[in-house]
Amino acid sequence: MSATKGLSSLTYKQLVEHHTPAQPILRNTARAFVVGGAICVLGQFVQVLFVRYAHFSVTDAGNPTVAVMVLLSVIATALGVYDRFAQWAGAGSAVPVTGFANTMAAAALEHKSEGWIVGIGGNMFKLAGPVVVYGVVSAFFVAVIHYIIIHL
Amino acid sequence: MIPWTTFIWAFLVGGAICAIGQIIMDVSKWTPGHVMVVLVVAGAILDGLGWYDPLIRFAGAGALVPITSFGNALVHGAMLEAHQHGWIGLITGIFEVTSAGISAAIIFAFLATLVAKPRG
Repeated sequence: MSATKGLSSLTYKQLVEHHTPAQPILRNTARAFVVGGAICVLGQFVQVLFVRYAHFSVTDAGNPTVAVMVLLSVIATALGVYDRFAQWAGAGSAVPVTGFANTMAAAALEHKSEGWIVGIGGNMFKLAGPVVVYGVVSAFFVAVIHYIIIHL
Repeated sequence: MIPWTTFIWAFLVGGAICAIGQIIMDVSKWTPGHVMVVLVVAGAILDGLGWYDPLIRFAGAGALVPITSFGNALVHGAMLEAHQHGWIGLITGIFEVTSAGISAAIIFAFLATLVAKPRG
């Protein structure tokens, strides 16, 4: 009884903070840096291949590079590799476009049992949706401001 | 041609963007979803200021692969169409450049769902 009383004097938030293992920011940041950097180096290899063997210009090679990175990420997600690796890498695997593709494939896969339309179709953008919504809205306003400045 | 030093800059710049995302995540306790939204908006604003293209020229995939480039590409598409067709391009052009990323993600994710089994 006295133990419960002692607990109740702490707020729930304090209790949670007390029991949450310390997440060393420095270690997490170092992991994110190395993994994120490595994914970008892989992307750089893909871009160089497009320029060298498919004769794209450096700028034109950007889009197919992103598409290939997306494909690699979806394959890794389907094999169940990406999510395990994401727990270790944190933002290093979430921030690259591979993380975006991963959320779409993972959400679709997770809800596959609910059916083609509601399950897969309805949930594919469950996690990626906010990125698309706020990306488009912010891009619209940035472009409008840009347009107004140019045409004033 | 792409100089080999681009590989080093791709690692450093791409790593730095992810490190910034991780710091935001750890300090604010936000989910990765929140961080991705912040970075996409940041990419759009940086392109509006004209700072993202120089970064891509310099760091290559280090600036192309992080999600910030999605915001950048959305603004690029809108501006491209606006230059060609006037103000209506601001609406019609938004997905012009990003089609590769979005379409590839939808198509590949769908195909993967056909063949793969969900994992706990």
